[in-house]
Amino acid sequence: MLQSYRSSARSVLGSLTLIAVVVGGGAAAFAYTAGWFSPHRLTPDRMVDAFAPPTGVALGHRRNHAKGICFTGVFEANGAGSALSRAAVFATGQYPALGRFNLGTADANAADATVRVRGMGLRILTPDGQEWRTAMIDLPFFPVATPQGFYQLLLASASKDPNAMKTFAGAHPEIAAFGAWANSAPWTGSYAEERYNGLNSFIFTDGSGNDKTVRWSLLPAAHPVSVAPAELAKRGPDFLEQEITERVRGGPLRWTMVVTVADAGDPTADPSKAWPEDRHAVEVGTLVVQQIEAERDGPCRDINFDPTVLPTGMRTSDDPFPAARSSAYAKSYDRRTAEAADYPRTATGSKP
Amino acid sequence: MSNNHQRFTPFQRLLHWLMAICILSMLFIGVGMVSTIMPKYLPLVAIHKPLGIAILVLALIRLGVRLRYGAPALPADLPEPMKLAAYLSHYALYALMIGLPLIGWAMLSAAEYPIVLYGGLHLTPILPQSDTLHALLWDAHFYLAFAFFALILMHVAAALFHALVRHDGVFESMAPVPSPRDEVVPAE
Repeated sequence: MLQSYRSSARSVLGSLTLIAVVVGGGAAAFAYTAGWFSPHRLTPDRMVDAFAPPTGVALGHRRNHAKGICFTGVFEANGAGSALSRAAVFATGQYPALGRFNLGTADANAADATVRVRGMGLRILTPDGQEWRTAMIDLPFFPVATPQGFYQLLLASASKDPNAMKTFAGAHPEIAAFGAWANSAPWTGSYAEERYNGLNSFIFTDGSGNDKTVRWSLLPAAHPVSVAPAELAKRGPDFLEQEITERVRGGPLRWTMVVTVADAGDPTADPSKAWPEDRHAVEVGTLVVQQIEAERDGPCRDINFDPTVLPTGMRTSDDPFPAARSSAYAKSYDRRTAEAADYPRTATGSKP
Repeated sequence: MSNNHQRFTPFQRLLHWLMAICILSMLFIGVGMVSTIMPKYLPLVAIHKPLGIAILVLALIRLGVRLRYGAPALPADLPEPMKLAAYLSHYALYALMIGLPLIGWAMLSAAEYPIVLYGGLHLTPILPQSDTLHALLWDAHFYLAFAFFALILMHVAAALFHALVRHDGVFESMAPVPSPRDEVVPAE
């Protein structure tokens, strides 16, 4: 009797141990997947944290390209893009466009003349309910080859170690081209005079199912006029926003969208490497900017210009950046929407 | 809702185990995707959305089947606190199976993200763009997902406790195939 009691107690103990192992193992697998055991995993949280400027994050704002101004207009497709992609946005026609001119800084109050990189976020809608979102910058190539390299660049830039940048440049020699560009490329006095480059490669699929790897750029109709940074500094901290508002009041602004097709062997996975100039390029349409609106009350503020929001006929390539950007942009969006009270609208949403 | 039969109907068991696979995959994909910036982020997100909607549809079917066919009665000798825990945890499981996909759908709507199921197949937004709602729904989606996983672990622990310690037929009532003993010995 005692024997049988003991053996049954032992069997219960064994069963309870088994249950604890199953539950504990499940919990551990979940925690591992969530990255709780991986302090070095490059998570979107760590990436977004690395953007924080010494002055502190601009609450309620984008974590990078924090300063900007909204625009609305249309994308006029000329039909030529249909040879590359079956996306409806390339069929001849006019499609509503929403965008944001912005500065490549995490400081929402940065003086315009102090920020080297300018950008544009753009969203084009088509009647089939699909959309194309892209975020471009005026750099002709990206400063680093990989998202991990970009994270290291952010850490090195923020580091107090005087040798941090030198160490970074040793490990990421591609950064030298950015340094050369930053020192030599002309500054302009207007968002209207910038060329905005998508930099990342994507795959376009045409109506017959043929894939081509492409990059795209917006080329300004306005003629770029070089202005010395010292001269720009005299124009005030927000001269770019004032200038573009004034300029569009005088008439719509245009950019030609050019899609460039990679040749076999071109570096499609590395946006720090520009493709040769002679690559097949197709002018697919014109972006017409018709109206400027302050970000605070404008339609672009609460849009995430996630570059992986693509219509059918376009998809991501072996370029690792769009995934990293999508992940980090979503995190930035989650944080800033949770801080909406820190960046309230003025005209709508709140009664005076 | 209780019934005198010993086991759930084959269709209920099929739904249970199919959804178990879907939901566990879903939760692991969810915590995995929000913790990486690697290229796998995109396929994980692309699976997460349609799988969530599939779980929503399956959960609604399952709720209907449950209301129609009920569930085997719990063993009469099961202590009251355990009975209560069984009832409450099942209400919570149904609420989360239906609620989490809806919250996810609403969260994407409030952010004005397109809700892509596959290719050009989109779901219509169920909320207008709203910062406040997005922040609220994001928190709800995130924390309820962890609560869901914790509840599933408790559910697994309870199922194994019934199977290995109590031997009371509760586990067998939902087992994918009848155990040999189950055929001859009804629960005590």
